[in-house]
Amino acid sequence: MTEKTLIEGIREAMDEELARDDTVFITGEDVGPRGGVFRATLGLFDKHGPTRVIDSPLAELSIVAVGIGAAMNGLRPICEIQFADFIQPAYNQIVNEAARMYYRTGGTFTVPLVIRAPYGGGIGGGLYHSQSIEATYAHVPGLKVVIPSNPHDAKGLLKSAVRDNNPVLFLEPKKGYRLIKGDVPDEDYTVPLGQAQITREGSDISVYAYGMMHYYCRQAADEVAQDGIDVELVDLRTLNPLDQDTVLSSFQKTGKALIVYEDNRFLGYGAEIAALLAEEGFNYMDAPILRVAGPDVPAVPYSHPLQDWFMPNPQKIAAAMRKLARY
Amino acid sequence: MGTQVIMPQLGESVVEGKVSRWLKQVGDPVKLYEPILEVETDKVTTEVTAAGEGTLLKLYANEGDVVKAGTLIAFIGAAGEVGPQAGERSDQLPPSTDLPGGQLSRRSADTGGEKGEAPRGNGSGARISPVVARIASEHQVDLALVRGSGEGGRVTKKDILAYVEQRGSPHPEGEATGVEKLEAWEQPGLGELFRPTEELFGKAAPTSAGPIAPAAAPPVAPGDVLPLNSMRKAIANHMVMSKRVSPHVTTVFEVDLSKVVAHRSQNKTAFEQDGTKLTFTPYFALATIAALKKYPLVNSSWSDSGVVLHRTVNLGMAVSLGEEGLIVPVIKNADSLNLLGLARTVNDLADRARRKQLKPDEVQGGTFTMTNHGTSGSLFATPIINQPQCGILGVGMIQKRVVVVTHNDVDAIAIRPMVYLGLTFDHRILDGHSADNFVAAIKELLESWT
Repeated sequence: MTEKTLIEGIREAMDEELARDDTVFITGEDVGPRGGVFRATLGLFDKHGPTRVIDSPLAELSIVAVGIGAAMNGLRPICEIQFADFIQPAYNQIVNEAARMYYRTGGTFTVPLVIRAPYGGGIGGGLYHSQSIEATYAHVPGLKVVIPSNPHDAKGLLKSAVRDNNPVLFLEPKKGYRLIKGDVPDEDYTVPLGQAQITREGSDISVYAYGMMHYYCRQAADEVAQDGIDVELVDLRTLNPLDQDTVLSSFQKTGKALIVYEDNRFLGYGAEIAALLAEEGFNYMDAPILRVAGPDVPAVPYSHPLQDWFMPNPQKIAAAMRKLARY
Repeated sequence: MGTQVIMPQLGESVVEGKVSRWLKQVGDPVKLYEPILEVETDKVTTEVTAAGEGTLLKLYANEGDVVKAGTLIAFIGAAGEVGPQAGERSDQLPPSTDLPGGQLSRRSADTGGEKGEAPRGNGSGARISPVVARIASEHQVDLALVRGSGEGGRVTKKDILAYVEQRGSPHPEGEATGVEKLEAWEQPGLGELFRPTEELFGKAAPTSAGPIAPAAAPPVAPGDVLPLNSMRKAIANHMVMSKRVSPHVTTVFEVDLSKVVAHRSQNKTAFEQDGTKLTFTPYFALATIAALKKYPLVNSSWSDSGVVLHRTVNLGMAVSLGEEGLIVPVIKNADSLNLLGLARTVNDLADRARRKQLKPDEVQGGTFTMTNHGTSGSLFATPIINQPQCGILGVGMIQKRVVVVTHNDVDAIAIRPMVYLGLTFDHRILDGHSADNFVAAIKELLESWT
């Protein structure tokens, strides 16, 4: 075990997968000699060579389309989209082609493609560098959507994503790249897709989160623990397919649910969790289901005070936890 | 502005009313004090009048709906005005929130569009979550007996689980609320119709709650379920509560009614000429009232601070409504009436009770109750006290019996019209001796009637 940052976990996963399987390759803007804008692929070009780590044109549509073609022909591409904000030109490729290929071809073609994209705000990135896009893509059947919240999971989930035969959108909380640290095993391991994890056992309220918000929820849970509120924290890890059993069994225990996501609130990922709890967990419900989410404004503002107003943070989450516990 | 029409509380033990008929429809002009609907409760049917004038803008309840007292049922205003949402009463809308740790509330205000905060309880804590409802039904818990620790006194999952766990003991927490229920029952001398129900029932709605679930209900034999009407529920709750809060003791006397029977036969015709049918009831009532004046301790109520002696006698008269239940109209200031006055009042109240025409204040404020169970052939009975009164007198059937009479020191066998009088009294207030003195006084008055 060694303490590493989130981005180191991601880098190690790619490094090890490149070494393990020579059908794996990386493509994206500046991923080569420069090591990517966040340095996620730093050193991989030198280590694995120019045929395995390939700089792409500044065209997201083409990055994904190349990935799909390669994946359908026996390779396992990892496509990096520099910021999740830029992924929309590739929407048609991801949704209409990658996600539906296996279904459309009656199982003839699989698309073992990973699309990595840093997402999320709170980093002073303004409109084009702060977006959360998970709800849009988690809506699409045939596409797996994964968001790690710590270095251990980041490495293990990314390895599983590379080895999965379905297209996987791997969203990385960029604010946590170097902020979130944790122990990472030195040996080879994977974290299975489709499994949520209870990262803190509690009996009063269930809090569902992923990515950066999970990190904040831990802090908020510690804070309200001083008031005697016993929070159970569920790290969703894979948004699609959702681990419904874990989500429901926690709710069954506490009867109270809070969902935290930094995407704007309306039709955000929390809405699906709330709907699931209402449909399948009604008999266990002891309080209205609450959400803490970003406001419904077009983008994360660039101005720092306004960005703070937009972003959920541990204080806002703790307040919601208290409110829910009190109900 | 407009005027809200609120479901009145028709009697202090009444928590809900049925909208039996709308006399006005949406769009109709309404004058001040004009009747706008008929409301039916387990005790009375009455009209509700408009507290303001204008146009009837909105009805929130349909005919046949049973709604809680205090609920907004209609709105009167200027034509075109919009009424409040159902369930709202502008005079009781809670201020937005004064919750501590107001971070989230501030956030709500900031973000403008944020909706879906936890709905706030209306202060009565009446909101029951699905999980609590399920546990209550699985464990047959009367939620009125569970103390709520949630927002606005709401019963949370933890509360009910804790309650179920500690309920093993024979006297659950409900004992404590039983005493509170006593406060909520008909307190003599109080009769505001529009007193907010929260005041009375907010803590632990005693009568609106479902069936009386004994701590550990034995399995019920299979059979058809007869749904409970509100009167049945109210009677059931009150009877259980009464038996729980006061130790009941019954004492029985036998009374020779020869003189009363003679008096009645002599005066029957005269009363009829006055338009009043003379029954035996006013005799018992008059004798009881006189005895109550002589022994004021019987005309009282128990309270924690002491025994409340009532200045006047408000005599309740149980009137059977058949299988539907019974009702107890009250003869107010009964100690100011003579035999004729009592006869008239008794007949009138009994008649209107059967037709459900009693006014709300005619079924409240009793200080002592009489029940004439002899009318159905019963010789003597052990009635249950109408809380918070001290006693209830049961009058059995008048029957000609062979008795031994002594005349000039000579014993003889005679045929006399006899009756058993049974007094059930609250042993907290009265002891056997004082209770017997009271019944003996009734007996003496009846046997020496002139």
